[in-house]
Formats: sequence, structure tokens, C-alpha cells
Amino acid sequence: MSDHRISADRPTLAVWKFASCDGCQLSLLDCEDELLALAKAVHFAHFSEMSRTTLDGPFDISLVEGSITTNQDLERIKEVRANSRHLVTIGACAASGGIQALRNFTVPGTYAGVVYAHPEYLDSLDTSTPIAAHVKVDYELHGCPIDRGQLLEVILAFLAGRRPVIASHSVCQECKARGTVCLLVTRGAPCLGPVTRSGCGALCPSIDRGCFGCFGPVDDANCGALSAELKGRGASEPSVRRLFGTFNAAAPGFMEQALASSVPVASPAPRQRDREDPR
Amino acid sequence: MTHGANKVRTISAEGISRVEGEGSLRVRVRDGRVEDVALDIFEPPRYFEALLVGRHFSEAPDITARICGICPVAYQMSACLAMEDACGVVVDERVTDLRRLLYCGEWIQSHALHIYLLHAPDFLGCADAVELAEIDPISVKRGLELKRTGNVVMQTVGGRAVHPVNVRVGGFYRAPSLTSIQALADPLRRARDDALKTVAWVAGFEFPDVTNAYRFVALDQTDRYPIDGGMVSSDGLTLSVAQFAEVAVEEHVARSTALQSTLGGRYPYITGPLARFALQASKLPEVARDAAAAADLVAPCVNPFRSIVVRAVELVFACDEALRLVERYEPPNPPATVVAARAATGTAATEAPRGLLLHQYDIDDQGIIQRARIMPPTSQNQLTIEDDLRHVVENGLSLDDDELQRRCELAVRNHDPCISCAAHFLDLTVETL
Repeated sequence: MSDHRISADRPTLAVWKFASCDGCQLSLLDCEDELLALAKAVHFAHFSEMSRTTLDGPFDISLVEGSITTNQDLERIKEVRANSRHLVTIGACAASGGIQALRNFTVPGTYAGVVYAHPEYLDSLDTSTPIAAHVKVDYELHGCPIDRGQLLEVILAFLAGRRPVIASHSVCQECKARGTVCLLVTRGAPCLGPVTRSGCGALCPSIDRGCFGCFGPVDDANCGALSAELKGRGASEPSVRRLFGTFNAAAPGFMEQALASSVPVASPAPRQRDREDPR
Repeated sequence: MTHGANKVRTISAEGISRVEGEGSLRVRVRDGRVEDVALDIFEPPRYFEALLVGRHFSEAPDITARICGICPVAYQMSACLAMEDACGVVVDERVTDLRRLLYCGEWIQSHALHIYLLHAPDFLGCADAVELAEIDPISVKRGLELKRTGNVVMQTVGGRAVHPVNVRVGGFYRAPSLTSIQALADPLRRARDDALKTVAWVAGFEFPDVTNAYRFVALDQTDRYPIDGGMVSSDGLTLSVAQFAEVAVEEHVARSTALQSTLGGRYPYITGPLARFALQASKLPEVARDAAAAADLVAPCVNPFRSIVVRAVELVFACDEALRLVERYEPPNPPATVVAARAATGTAATEAPRGLLLHQYDIDDQGIIQRARIMPPTSQNQLTIEDDLRHVVENGLSLDDDELQRRCELAVRNHDPCISCAAHFLDLTVETL
């Protein structure tokens, strides 16, 4: 779509879900104080978690949650893109494939065989991939889940035709800003704060817990150095691999550490076909 | 549409709105007879039970929370309890209380969301809560305020409302301060008043006169309304959670490509507010029982359309229970019991707002997960939801297509399905039973 101008008369906002938990779009409904005001500023043209109303595109802003894991969704995301002036992804699934991207590192079909007695019935791709792997994305909002304050900022920025003001530093800086004592330095606690994008407000260190990377890698993160540091402080190799290999496991930076292994990763056993179709 | 002499009528709703996750429904009627009811659920599978294998047992609460952004606490609690069951650990009572408080926050948030934003618009002829706010702003604002209070409880105890960070196997990373918990008392008192108003509000809606036969399944906590554990009860039968896990059979059916739960491979059942109220109403606090009585709600409630009233009564309960827990709060010290791994199987179930959520894990002596089984509420309720749909269509053949479709969607929403939770579902098509 070549025209990027936002509609002058009550712009349209659409929310689309792909493979995800619904938590990021719930963040929009969690804007309890702003929801009704927002509904006056924009027209919710497609937001099926909230409304029966579905308007035809094109949409001024599309918020896209979730990753691409089926053939059908591969086509659907292209339609969403074609119908959207601005496409903003929300959350770790859309930005990096989510925790379901752990399948990318296994022998194709292994996971389906564990959960389903008949994997052959499924239309499921061997990989979970981010939205930007398939279509042009105008802005990626990170987090598992996203922060609702940041979500409002992004929506308002696009409505106003300006760049969103979202800090790009690491969780470390947020700890310093709120005066949290460094868990890694003082206690050797495994913490991804140095390599993780800010946005949560450094929640975990504030409750004596190392950061586990919900917001994904910060730009130019030196994950290898942190990985070595954690191991040097006594963390086992599998535990470091697991620490990097969660909600942003397939994000470049985290992925290399999630996969760095000197021993083969165990494969889960397939589900037993003990119960056939009773019909 | 007419095929020869056979009059075939098809009702379809692509993309059922105001449910969590993505699904659609299709009903086929031939010669005035319901031929096919299909709740298509095109939520892509994410294979949680597979990706959990090889993970450390301490990771299960945070990983399984990502199954559902609407009820992450349910996942965290079932996972913690299952791991503690495996490792033979019983946590401090103050930890149990704090968990229950966190869980009450989720109930308040989720029930307020469902009642006000997802379900009520159906009864009042609105497309959504935004439209409803144009004709009844006071009610919608009350709903948002209730929802906010639930979220504040979750933030205070759990760190954030979606995917809380403070929960761990054995307890919490840090106990919230006494003052931060005490600060919840006033909002919760207001929320309890608002919840009472909610019961009166929804009790005045117009309900189709329907009576369905249900096989109810709910947790049974001896001295309290069930949320965070206990035995499993149904029709006078009480089982341990581990026994229930054996009786509840999940099947991957050829025509349906979904895992569906039945009892013993034969009997559909239902969990959630209707089931809890039917089996456990006597354990509700007086304020909730009085609210139910004032709304002419008598257990068991077998009209699924009145589930919104039951949910409102549970909202009163959740606010009252949260308040009770806030008033007796003592920070657990230490905030968590140390849980040492051992090779064992652990099973636990808790009551998510929309129904029973069962987790079962085999772990090895290093705490590495060898097998995971997760039975979410919606996969247990699904056959019953389809049964309800059949009744709606059979009784609604005189309605025009739009109204019948609206009635069908409402029948699905009656059970607050969480399709994201039902990670097992895919392109479900079910023939009528």
C-alpha cells in the first residue's frame, strides 16, 4: 500500500492474532482508563477479542500478535499487510517466533508427534517464524507480554505521524534508574539484564530474580560474553542454554546461546497411539 | 439453499468474536433436523507438552503461563502444585494464602472482562462494550474498574497482570510488603460493592428459558470454595486429582483433529462456574450466597445463559475472599520453600476462571521434565459446548439466520471458552453425537 497517510476522520485500528496466547492484545483491553477514550479516537475496525464488528480494510493501523506457524497464516499475514497502511507487531511471538519457535531447533515433526496421536491431520509448519520474515513491518513492539504504556505510546505515535518514543537500552539501565542492586555482580545470580531490551521496568531484579529475557535481545547485545560470564560464575551449560531459550529463543543473539551445546539435546518421546478414533 | 427436495440451512460464523483465541462455528440443518454442529477452532498448535520435555521443573510455571495471557496465574499455580506434588513438598500456609490472593486477582480480572466486555453486550444487543458504553456508561465503567482492581491485585502480588513474574515452585521470589497488600483493602471493598451491583445488573437480563443436562466436574476444597487445589468431585463421586487424571480421557479424533476430554472415554462433562456453583455453592461466603438468592439463583443452575449471573456471584466471592486474605496477610518468611527435585510424577489441578486446569509431569532426579500433560478447561468443556449449540439450534429453528447465529455465538460465550488455552485444538469439525 503506497498511501501511508492516516485517515483524517477517525482512523481505523485492527488487531490480528496468529500463534500466540492473547496476552498482548489483552494489554489493550487492560488499558482500563484509556480504552473508552481510545475508542473515540480510533475506530476498532477488527478486534475480534473485543467486538463483533468487522469492517473491510484498508486499515490505518494493524496490530499483529503471534507468529507464523501454518500455511493458512502464511497467506493471511500477506492479506493483512496488503490491507494495512501501518503494520505494528506486538509481542515476542510476532517479533521472534515466541516460545513455540523452540520447534525450529528440533527434527521436523518431533513436537507434533508428542502432543498428537495423529500428526498427519495437522496443517502446521515445521517452524514458527516472526512476522517480519514474511512481510514488511513498520514497527516491532517487544515483550512477553508487551507493556501497555508502550502500546499506547506506539498507537498515539502512529496516529500523530511520528516515531514512537520507546527506549532502546537494556534492562541494566532500568535497574540503575530504579536503584536495584545488581544481582549478577553481588550474588552471581543468572541474569539476562545486560543483553535484554528494556520495557518491563526491570521487574524481576526488583523482586530478587534474575532477568529472563521477556523483551528479547537489545540491539548489539554481546550474548556470548554474558553466556561465558554466567558459566564462569558456576551456571551449568544446560541452564544457560535454557535461560536464553525461552520466549525469544529464535531471536538472533539469544538463539546462538540457546543452541550452544556440547551435548545432544534430548528428544521427547512420541505420544502413544493407544486410543483410536471411536467414531 | 435448496438441494432438490432437501432443504438444507447452514448457519456459520467465521471468527467468533469476544472469545479468547480464534474459532468459528458451523451448523447444518437438514429438513428441520440438526445434522451437524461444528466448532471450528483454527488456533494453531504450539506444542507446549513437547517443548516442556527437557526443561527444568522450575521453568514450568513461566513457560506454561504463555499458554494463555488471560489466565496465566492458573497455569502458574497448577504447574507449581504439580511440581511440589512430585517432589513431596507442602508449602507454608502463608504462601498458600498469598497464592490464593493472586488467583483471586485473576478471577476478578477475568470474570469482569468476560461479564462486561465479552458477554453482556450480547444480552443488550450491542456489538461490543464500546457501543454498550454509549447507552450505559455507568455499567461499563464499573466493569472496567472491577477489572482494574483484579489487575492491581495481580500486579501487587505477581509483579504484572499478564504473565506475572513473582511466582516460583515453592512460593514466591519476594513476599509483597505488608503495606502494599493492605493498600488493596479499600479497592477490594469497593470492588465487592461493585460486584454486588454486577449481580443485580446481570440478573435483570432476559434469558432464554433453557434447561440442559450437565455432568459437572469441579474441585473440592474441604472448607472453602474451590480455587487452588483439592479433590475432584462430580455427581457425588470424589476422586484425587491423580485418579481424575486417569479417568479423564483425551482423544485425538480423526474427523475432529483435536484432543477432547471425556470421562472414561464416553461421558462429556463440564467444568467452570456452572460446575463449581452446582457442586460447591454451600461453601460460598454469606455475601455471595445472599447475592445469589437475591438474583433467584439456586444451585444447580442448568440454564447456560444464566452462567453470567453465576460468574457475577463468583465475582462477589473473589472480591470477598481477596479481602479476607488481605486482612489476614502476613508476609511469608522465607517467601519460598526450597524444593529439591526427585524422580517422580506430580499431578495437580486448580480452578481457572473458566474451569479446571490439570497439569501432570514426570520429572527425573535432576528435575528435568520427561513428560508433560496439560488438560485445559476448554478442551474439557468443548463437547458440552457443542451439545449446547445443538439445543440452541433445535429450539431456534423458527429464528432468522442472523438471530440464530447470534444465539449460537452467545451459547459459545456462555462457557467463556479460551481457545488459546486449548493448545491442542486445530480445525475442529465435530459431527453431532
